[in-house]
Amino acid sequence: MPAVGTSVPRKDGIGKATGSARYADDLHFPGMLYGRTIRSTIPCGRIRSVKLDFDQTGFTVVDYRDIPAEGKNIVALVEYDQPFLVERAIRHLAEPILLLAHADREALNAARVEIEYDVAEPLFDVERSAQLLKGLSIDKGDLEAGFAAADLIIEGTYRTGHQEHVYIEPNGVIAVPEGQGVTLHGSMQCPFYVVKALKSLFGDDAPIRVVQTETGGGFGGKEEYPSMIAGHAALLARKSGRPVKIVYDRTEDMVATTKRHPSIVRHRTGVTRDGRLVAMDVDVLIDGGAYITLSPVVISRGSIHAAGPYRCDNIRIAGRAMFTNTPPNGAFRGFGAPQTLFAIEAHMDRIAESLGMDPVAIREVNALRPGDTTATGQTLTGDCSALEVLREAVRRTDFHRKRAEYKGTNRGIGLSLFFHGAGFTGSGEHRLESKAALELTPTGVRILVASTEIGQGTRTMHAQIVTDALGIPYEQVEVAQPDTMLVPDSGPTVASRTCMVVGKILERCALEMREKLGTLTPAEYYAAHGPLTILKQHEPPAWITWDEERYSGDAYATYSWGCDVAEVELDPDTYEVRPTHFTAVQEFGRAIHPGLARGQIEGGTAQGLGFALLERVVMKDGGMANASLTNYTIPTTLDTPTMDIAILENFYADGPSGAKGLGELPLDGPAPAIVNAIRHLSIDIREIPATPEHILSACSSR
Amino acid sequence: MKTATSGLSLREPHSVEDAYRMMREERLTPIAGATDLFVGLNFGTLDARAFVDLSRLDSLRAIAVKDDVLHIGALASYTAIMQSGEVRERVPMLVAAAGQVGGVQIQNRGTLGGNIANGSPAGDSLPVLAVADALVVMCSVDGERRVPFTAFHTGYRTSVLRHDEIIVCVEIPRIEGRQWFRKVGTRAAQAISKLVMAGVRGDTTRVAIGSVAPTVLRLPRTETLLSVGGNIDEAVAELQQEIAPIDDIRSTADYRRQVAANLLRRFWSDTA
Amino acid sequence: MQFTLNGVPATVDAHPMRRLLDVLREECGLTGTKEGCGEGECGACTVLVDGQAVVSCLVPVAQVAGADVRTIEGLGTDHALQHHFMNEAGAQCGICTPGMIMTASTLPKDATLEEIRVALAGNLCRCTGYEAIYRAIQRANEERA
Repeated sequence: MPAVGTSVPRKDGIGKATGSARYADDLHFPGMLYGRTIRSTIPCGRIRSVKLDFDQTGFTVVDYRDIPAEGKNIVALVEYDQPFLVERAIRHLAEPILLLAHADREALNAARVEIEYDVAEPLFDVERSAQLLKGLSIDKGDLEAGFAAADLIIEGTYRTGHQEHVYIEPNGVIAVPEGQGVTLHGSMQCPFYVVKALKSLFGDDAPIRVVQTETGGGFGGKEEYPSMIAGHAALLARKSGRPVKIVYDRTEDMVATTKRHPSIVRHRTGVTRDGRLVAMDVDVLIDGGAYITLSPVVISRGSIHAAGPYRCDNIRIAGRAMFTNTPPNGAFRGFGAPQTLFAIEAHMDRIAESLGMDPVAIREVNALRPGDTTATGQTLTGDCSALEVLREAVRRTDFHRKRAEYKGTNRGIGLSLFFHGAGFTGSGEHRLESKAALELTPTGVRILVASTEIGQGTRTMHAQIVTDALGIPYEQVEVAQPDTMLVPDSGPTVASRTCMVVGKILERCALEMREKLGTLTPAEYYAAHGPLTILKQHEPPAWITWDEERYSGDAYATYSWGCDVAEVELDPDTYEVRPTHFTAVQEFGRAIHPGLARGQIEGGTAQGLGFALLERVVMKDGGMANASLTNYTIPTTLDTPTMDIAILENFYADGPSGAKGLGELPLDGPAPAIVNAIRHLSIDIREIPATPEHILSACSSR
Repeated sequence: MKTATSGLSLREPHSVEDAYRMMREERLTPIAGATDLFVGLNFGTLDARAFVDLSRLDSLRAIAVKDDVLHIGALASYTAIMQSGEVRERVPMLVAAAGQVGGVQIQNRGTLGGNIANGSPAGDSLPVLAVADALVVMCSVDGERRVPFTAFHTGYRTSVLRHDEIIVCVEIPRIEGRQWFRKVGTRAAQAISKLVMAGVRGDTTRVAIGSVAPTVLRLPRTETLLSVGGNIDEAVAELQQEIAPIDDIRSTADYRRQVAANLLRRFWSDTA
Repeated sequence: MQFTLNGVPATVDAHPMRRLLDVLREECGLTGTKEGCGEGECGACTVLVDGQAVVSCLVPVAQVAGADVRTIEGLGTDHALQHHFMNEAGAQCGICTPGMIMTASTLPKDATLEEIRVALAGNLCRCTGYEAIYRAIQRANEERA
């Protein structure tokens, strides 16, 4: 029986359920010190003086001057602008300035550092920022001609707030000095990003080894920031000659690390009386924060998804990421798409309303079909399932009946249609040159990839793909812990690429190994011929063409599709909107492990519901004022409705066993489905989170 | 934990008399369920360094009815309150409030005395005690004294409790009339109140509300209007005069005003 | 001070105001109990004291003197809840799982879905949306019934 398509036992084993799985904070090394980060208490200005107001016996103190001459004070990522440690200029609150380490945490916490600043005027309002971080323009057809052909033009502005990841395990790393180099153990998504950052810090020749520990959630939040913390721990470890552990507490993690980019999206759309979209003018603005980090890529993905899963011949999408004096925003599951898909999907219901159409009908008319082209001019083929997910969601929720039945009550029902490009944008996958390997062991095979297990099921899903391609029992496949000394660089564990891209490389490794083994089992071959390793590199489909300058062409190798239906109830006394039932219909090629795939959809949906209704980052003076789990509220069991999950299959030829990407898709749909259900209650919401306070204002202005 | 443990002291009395004596000898902060206090220590925001552990004083845990008055020991946990037949029968609104405090883990440890002593205007049980005409019983080596709950808090987290006194018990007389409770939190569970209201509708009407002023408030003028048969619109207008909500990280003054008005109407229609 | 830890007498030399969480992790070497927030909100540090679920980040260790303390390690490695949390994908990243299982272990085996939801409201999970957790508990309860 094939492993793919069945919910086989997880490769995690039972350690997560018995408490034996080891996370960063569970590790201890002999002689270990604890590290602490001293951060700026102003959002903008310059450091005038730093005074250490404590007895320095037993302390290791590091500032930017401790960075070796062969290294650079830069966290290497997309661009090279963010320092590990501030030299003079402060660009945001909680920016790292100084590092302390001590064997005793009480002494460490008690140490006082006085920093004097020359304070400058900060800029927090992204709409007032004149500092462009990244701009882009997507142009398709003739926008003016499109508007000229329109019977009606509908405009709207839609806003989303910051969102905090709230992985339940805060960030944590341990740096262990080894010879001239450092071994870094930590909670992270991308071990080779950390290698790259540490090589930039210590120079290319420094021996750097990075080992991912069991990771208690990531959601994008452990994509780039672990490189920063790793640099800090490594600097302290090099200077002290001892292992150094840095584990953030919840407040520090919330105040200092990245969040989802807040967005303001303006739509101006021309439609005909029968509901056809003939012109879409979209302006996407996101707040990048104080450094570039990943914002260029986020505005890119956000803009590419901004026209939604719709056919329209005339489109202009202008995307801008701007600098502000707030901590840099970064990767968060969906990577810009949840923001822009919220905007277009809320806008589509307003268009439908203006035309007197129902929300399903307007989407039926405009949904992308095979043969249609996207905003970037990519021609879709049979892997386009927009209509299929829409129709199935409408059918299984009895949408039209409920829509009529709830009218005039405190209940509402709304839907959203969405898509998500899998893998890196455009030529990104080509540039990554991702590798994966498979090696024989005396009893079977071992998977060697840098892709991390962060809860989503990487180990299990990869093992299933290899099992079937190799035709051996699932139990004979083991998965190595990502350790950059042992595994090849498979690219980062982001962008819904771990199954589709890395899984595909593994499938090719396994098929080649199968040929080499002939009729032998792995154990027989190993006994007869000794070790065998097969390493392969990703080969993006040859047909992909992408023009980075003009933002045109094949933005993604394929897309996954979803339609969500939210049913809500409004409390007329408190303006609380409670989701009562949620339906998610999603097509992502094929579910390698149906149980884990369902878990991705349910979990992503819950995060999307938090984004829609509860999760509000209160920014005050450039920092998060509600940085605690008491005051930044994510959904509990009682905030999360019952869910009906439907997985549609549409095997994708270039994916392993027919699979596309899934991880991010589920977060794209909930917010607009919820807001459209609220619209069904005749409440006009264009900004999330749709808190009760916000709904009260919308009701008052009705 | 940000606060250095080594700088803390904990005294562990074996009897209430021991505790009174220790509290007379030195300035000590009592610990019971520690569910608020340890948050402060974890965040490094609590100034107190010397503590006395009341958790072993089992005589303060009892829930009993004497002379038709319900006595709830200060150490009674929310879970114990929810499970008590006497409380369920006499003060169902307190059971409702206890069930809305934190999650199960907090309900198992948090105590009624702690909720009073902590004195947050958002304390979930406090509006209930206010409308129940509860008495707070405090004790020290000098003996016992009782104050009406409504006179206990004197301002934001301040009270009439002396440094050498501990809260030992809450006394709740039989309540005539229909009881009502509603908490509006930042989410469906495990939430801090943006607004919390309790009411009793009988021969006279009593209403109390939390998170709209520095302390939990009884609304005497609103109550009078409702008690003499005034209409609900007038009562709502009066309520607006009696509360003083503010904007904070959890909600807005506007929201609190509007929802307070809505809840008063709901209380009135639910208990009609 | 002394208490019973997972059924076995334990003696620890710890400041009375240390958090039970730290004593378990650092003095007793039981790192299955996790810290997610230090404010009693996430429930990752849930253990049982005298059979009741508590958040060990808000318990001064002095208060468990003489008590019966149970942690995830005390459930062994073959408990029905443990198997079903893995099989039903009730554990994804796994960091909330020990606390979640400890709270779930206090539920009666005939607990309804609504009772499960109320009981788990003090345990946050960011991965699963809770649905798989309910499935795991229900499967385990069916097995125990």
